[in-house]
Amino acid sequence: MSTVATSQIKLTPERHHASVRSRLQDALPKIVLAPSFAITIVFVYGFILWTIYLSFTNSKTFPSYVITGSRAYQRLWGWTFDTDPPSSWYTSITNMGIFGFLYIFICLALGLFLAILLDQKIRGEGVLRPIYLYPMALSFIVTGVAWKWFLDPGLGLEQTLHQWGWTSFHFDWIKNKDFVIYTVVIAGVWQASGFIMAMFLAGLRGIDGEIMKAAQIDGATTFQLYRRIVIPLLRPIFLSAFIVLAHLAIKSYDLVVALTSGGPGGSAWLPSNFMYEYTFKRNEMAVGSASAVIMLMTIVAIIVPYLYSELREKPR
Amino acid sequence: MLRKLLIGTALASGLAFAAHAEDVKEVQMLHWWTSGGEAAALNVLKGDLAKEGYAWKDVPVAGGGGDAAMTALKAMVAAGNYPTASQMLGYTVLDYAAAGVMGDLTETAKKEGWDKSVPAALQKFSVYEGKWVAAPVNVHSVNWLWINKAVMDKIGGTEPKTFDDFVALLDKAKAAGVIPLALGGQNWQEATMFDSVVLSTGGPEFYKKAFNDLDDASLKSDTMKKSFDNLAKLVTYVDPNFSGRDWNLATAMVIKGDALVQVMGDWAKGEFHAANKTPGTDFLCYRFPGTDGSVIYNSDMFGMFNVPDDRKAAQVALATATLSKSFQSAFNVVKGSVPARTDVPDTDFDACGKKGIADLKAANDGGTLFGSLAQGYGAPPAVANAYKDVVSKFVHGQIKTSDEAVTELVKAIDDAK
Repeated sequence: MSTVATSQIKLTPERHHASVRSRLQDALPKIVLAPSFAITIVFVYGFILWTIYLSFTNSKTFPSYVITGSRAYQRLWGWTFDTDPPSSWYTSITNMGIFGFLYIFICLALGLFLAILLDQKIRGEGVLRPIYLYPMALSFIVTGVAWKWFLDPGLGLEQTLHQWGWTSFHFDWIKNKDFVIYTVVIAGVWQASGFIMAMFLAGLRGIDGEIMKAAQIDGATTFQLYRRIVIPLLRPIFLSAFIVLAHLAIKSYDLVVALTSGGPGGSAWLPSNFMYEYTFKRNEMAVGSASAVIMLMTIVAIIVPYLYSELREKPR
Repeated sequence: MLRKLLIGTALASGLAFAAHAEDVKEVQMLHWWTSGGEAAALNVLKGDLAKEGYAWKDVPVAGGGGDAAMTALKAMVAAGNYPTASQMLGYTVLDYAAAGVMGDLTETAKKEGWDKSVPAALQKFSVYEGKWVAAPVNVHSVNWLWINKAVMDKIGGTEPKTFDDFVALLDKAKAAGVIPLALGGQNWQEATMFDSVVLSTGGPEFYKKAFNDLDDASLKSDTMKKSFDNLAKLVTYVDPNFSGRDWNLATAMVIKGDALVQVMGDWAKGEFHAANKTPGTDFLCYRFPGTDGSVIYNSDMFGMFNVPDDRKAAQVALATATLSKSFQSAFNVVKGSVPARTDVPDTDFDACGKKGIADLKAANDGGTLFGSLAQGYGAPPAVANAYKDVVSKFVHGQIKTSDEAVTELVKAIDDAK
């Protein structure tokens, strides 16, 4: 009885030693990840919760921690239906719809089209690819200012064409309250479509040439080839591109500011501009927080079903 | 026992003395006067403080503008890290004072006699619950016309005294093929012009009731509707590209003679000076027609924070230097504004500056010195911005009639109050 006990005692330290090492090995990735995990928890999810909390207070210039109910949401809800004259919030959300849809759709279409063209084994691809990709290297501020000058009727395109003799040319969207949001789309598409092209190009290069050849032998036309085989195979790229574009669209605050400084009468605002204006300039932190929460909810409502449907089909 | 007590007291007072001697000889300053004339103007203050042995330390602000500075300040204050002072505007000072983070300069104020020399309207923002919390640096006024004299001579115009005169003058410029009115189509510029239009249309009493007291009946009144009509009239004289233009580009149009006149605060004078133009010979400054005798003001203030004791001496030195007559004169000559105290001699100022000083004194004595709503001196920021929204939407056509504009204005201000 006693011998058994001693041998057990002898064994335990070794086992213990071994398990410390293996435990450490097991834990090492976790330890390495812990700081960034903690930072994400606090600075992303913590502040999301904090923002949600603030949206139910009556915070003005400074945060206040007394819950006073949903007045901020009630005001936003009221503004949602203030269409004539449009309230700033109504303008922001309709602009988000227009901008988000056009930006994502045109970038995907144009990016795919350019990628297919570049994939035709043309000469000079090495030169063309970076030319299209380069705008992505610019910040939104640079893009915004450059396009602001280019689109300004007194400075850019219109002025130049007038000087060249085409005096009937007229393009003042950037000064027009009804069209200014489309100039934001133009600048945004210019910047991002090259990057999307590169993503699609990578996808196209990853497609097995055997499948293409097999289809060609079966007598598929080029259009059928892309329509039935290539584009369906690019589905994961569509998902990645969509997610990249969707988050760029929702966070494009700086583009609006640099390009239009808010547009005539605030007609180019996006919800992010609304949020910044109300939180920091108008000292209505509760309303700003509420609008941020609504933005988050919208993103969740769009992205989560999409991710769910895409990722669920993967194992098939 | 008594000896011990005495020694203790001596030691303690010695320590106190030592602590006092170790005052931080440094002023930490948050401001956004980083460019051209403004930076030069501020250098005067830096020099004055250096003479007294205080070092100047700028609190860096990314982005440069006032908005970025205010965001930075909010973060600093939230972290309990107060600068000695910060450039601040209007209601911001009161917001911070209400949050209990401002210092108290009442003793210095008494000693220096600020109560008497600083206009009462300004004290509304620099004094909170009887305590001096900020030192006003200058007084800007917004109801000015800036006119290119060469263009004025060419079209044979004279100083407009009434709103109708003004419209007639603009018509003359239009007939001569000059852009009559240089306007930057950003909401604050449009609203700043509208401040003057309202004062001109309704008179001083009306302006005060509507834009300082936010009196519902005045905001709803036919006079307000008429003001919007007058604004609409003025907007017909701008060029088609005005939307989104920066104010200094609009000023440049007047300087170059492309446009006749700009309605803008007296900071526009800095642009004329930078282009080596002289008042009277190259450009003219008139009060907005129908507003002579009244001044719509805004003012830059140095808000003084509740700093630790070892930094208080530097703060007092800063405040005293800021409101000293010599600095007030030197700074405002460069900045284009007028001194924040009414007893500063106007000898160094140009013709427009002299008129500005005289007008401020008269308006202060006559009770016609009003805070600009567009510049955040008429009402808190939420209201001021709601007002700017309505004016801008009216100028750019989202709000189509002046009836609708009045309804929207009342609604927006009620909502923001």
